[in-house]
Amino acid sequence: MAANSHRIEITLETILDSVDLSESIVMRIAEASGFGEEDIHKIGMAVREGVINAYNYGNQQNRAKKIHLTIVLSAESMTVHVLDEGKGFVLHEVPDPLAEENLLRTSGRGLFLMRAFMDDFSVRPGPSGGAELVMVKRFPHAVSGVGEPQPG
Amino acid sequence: MLQGTYREIGQIVIVDFSGKITLGEGSSMLRRTIRELLDQGHRRIVLNLADVDYIDSSGIGELVSGYTTVRGAEGELKLLHLTRRVHDLLQITRLFTVFDVQSDEEAALRSFS
Repeated sequence: MAANSHRIEITLETILDSVDLSESIVMRIAEASGFGEEDIHKIGMAVREGVINAYNYGNQQNRAKKIHLTIVLSAESMTVHVLDEGKGFVLHEVPDPLAEENLLRTSGRGLFLMRAFMDDFSVRPGPSGGAELVMVKRFPHAVSGVGEPQPG
Repeated sequence: MLQGTYREIGQIVIVDFSGKITLGEGSSMLRRTIRELLDQGHRRIVLNLADVDYIDSSGIGELVSGYTTVRGAEGELKLLHLTRRVHDLLQITRLFTVFDVQSDEEAALRSFS
């Protein structure tokens, strides 16, 4: 972790309220960090989908399990980790929701939305099992270079 | 929270929704509404989403479920007045190619076969 980054760790119950709560927390952090309205919406929705994934598919709504939310803020980006205590999954094995044959499926769009709304998205095995979703949103100045402090 | 009120125009029912269609109460309410309308014999349904500013993947799934359920009952379900964010969401998920999306109520009423 970079010296000037900040890390916030939150443990959530596997309950429906954790979905709204996580979205609300992350949106407040994104706003306080200087993201614009549209990016705040996208970050909130991506994290919402990540926690829905952990609640429904990872932890299978088992209240004995936890959802671990970690937010890392650096000068360039906001990175959110959503870790469940389930069996894990392989991203490329998840059906493509944009494929013609999947358009009328009633589930399976959450991962796609996370990828669409964030700059980087990946899934890796958790340190002690489960799936860890890692999503990154870069600050606009980090993308464009505008407003970046110039080396003296 | 999602709220809905019905208006009947001839054989067509328009549901004016307001709020969020998200995992939990919002999605459940949408499902109940469509079931109730079908049980009451309605087969031409318009969901007016002008005051729905937020839908998550669960809400999208419920809209798709509603669409296939109504179609399975030999009915038609159309969407009316999408907000920008809901419009964008249906576009990136390619569901614009599935739903009949209308931006004018009169045109929506005329569009039923």
